[in-house]
Amino acid sequence: MAGLDKRVATYAEALAGLTDNMTVLSGGFGLCGIPENLIAEIKRMGVKGLTVVSNNCGVDGFGLGILLEDRQIRKMVASYVGENALFERQLLSGELEVELTPQGTLAEKMRAGGAGIPAFYTATGFGTPVAEGKETRQFNGRNVILEEAITGDFAIVKGWKADHFGNVVYRHTAQNFNPVVATAGKITVVEVEEIVEPGVLLPTEIHTPGIYVDRVILGTFEKRIEQRTVRKA
Amino acid sequence: MALSREQMAQRVARELQDGFYVNLGIGIPTLVANYVPDGIDVMLQSENGLLGMGPFPTEETIDADMINAGKQTVTARKGASIFSSAESFAMIRGGHVDLTVLGAFEVDVEGNIASWMIPGKLVKGMGGAMDLVAGAENIIVTMTHASKDGESKLLSRCSLPLTGAGCIKKVLTDLAYLEIENGAFVLRETAPGVTVDEIIAKTAGKLIVPDDVVEMTF
Repeated sequence: MAGLDKRVATYAEALAGLTDNMTVLSGGFGLCGIPENLIAEIKRMGVKGLTVVSNNCGVDGFGLGILLEDRQIRKMVASYVGENALFERQLLSGELEVELTPQGTLAEKMRAGGAGIPAFYTATGFGTPVAEGKETRQFNGRNVILEEAITGDFAIVKGWKADHFGNVVYRHTAQNFNPVVATAGKITVVEVEEIVEPGVLLPTEIHTPGIYVDRVILGTFEKRIEQRTVRKA
Repeated sequence: MALSREQMAQRVARELQDGFYVNLGIGIPTLVANYVPDGIDVMLQSENGLLGMGPFPTEETIDADMINAGKQTVTARKGASIFSSAESFAMIRGGHVDLTVLGAFEVDVEGNIASWMIPGKLVKGMGGAMDLVAGAENIIVTMTHASKDGESKLLSRCSLPLTGAGCIKKVLTDLAYLEIENGAFVLRETAPGVTVDEIIAKTAGKLIVPDDVVEMTF
């Protein structure tokens, strides 16, 4: 890692500087496109008191679910937290704080955070429990609420391919939250399936420009499937 | 006879128009994809970032990186595009989706919808439902008309925490197709063999029965 070369060799280097009580943003939708090795490294590091922002919280024993095992997450900001028994237990016992956020609002909060916009108005959630305590206004007869941006101390991202400059492309729907998460971290770490030579990725195909990325690491991935649905050939 | 889940999906599918971009929720709404009328081409939007959802893959083509909003493995059809969650909800919030179909626990005469939270039970989250109901102009709610105990789900005022306020205009239940206008449900169609009296009895909110109610055919 020097200058514009964002590559690091070890997961310890990839997450160097992550300490207790930080906010970590994570890409992924369900188990699709999650930075599974970076999550495993956070578990190994044993940092505690984390605020984690992610659409979901993994499942028991995989993805962000493994950070619940040693109670490393203090607060979870997510849109949907089903499929996780340990999560339910910690939520009901009060060990875990949860801020449920509509999925589109969650994405936009991080997009805004990465784009330097402190807050935005949206109709999503008006008149619902999500609006409680939030400023409301009317534009053109439409009721809206004020939602604040989210940024993180660390953003952990799963890409498909990256080059030395930290330019990233995502594969299929493993893109999901990853590009917005990548923009909103003070330190953004991307793990990828392949690191390619500079120039291999065409400028026109890059999803996340390297300016957002601080560290790139090559990983191998299990890519667990949550709902295996098939039709007959 | 109350409509089956398949008949409800079939009825909703009649609202599809050639060239529509459509978001289908989980459950009965998902089945609508099986009844797209001949000669009509629609593009299905999945809010995790896929426009142009195709059928499930075969065992040979299954791909962990290719899922829908229900986290099921799917394929992309010809003409599909894939994008970030922020882009996906820009489409939804910006009103670019022509039709949204989703389920609910309750709706009321003001067009309020409750579909995500039952106090006292574990709350798993709203996912994208609040964005979908706030952003879409054309929404069809699919639900059973009454609970198993016979309690109406079409109310004067929703009793559960809302998913969205004043955003629902069309409801298809297992008994009827209704529209919400000026603070009332307006009965438009009855399920085959279901009497208007039964619908009146099972609708707690104000119900208007016009002279031109028709019976659905399948």
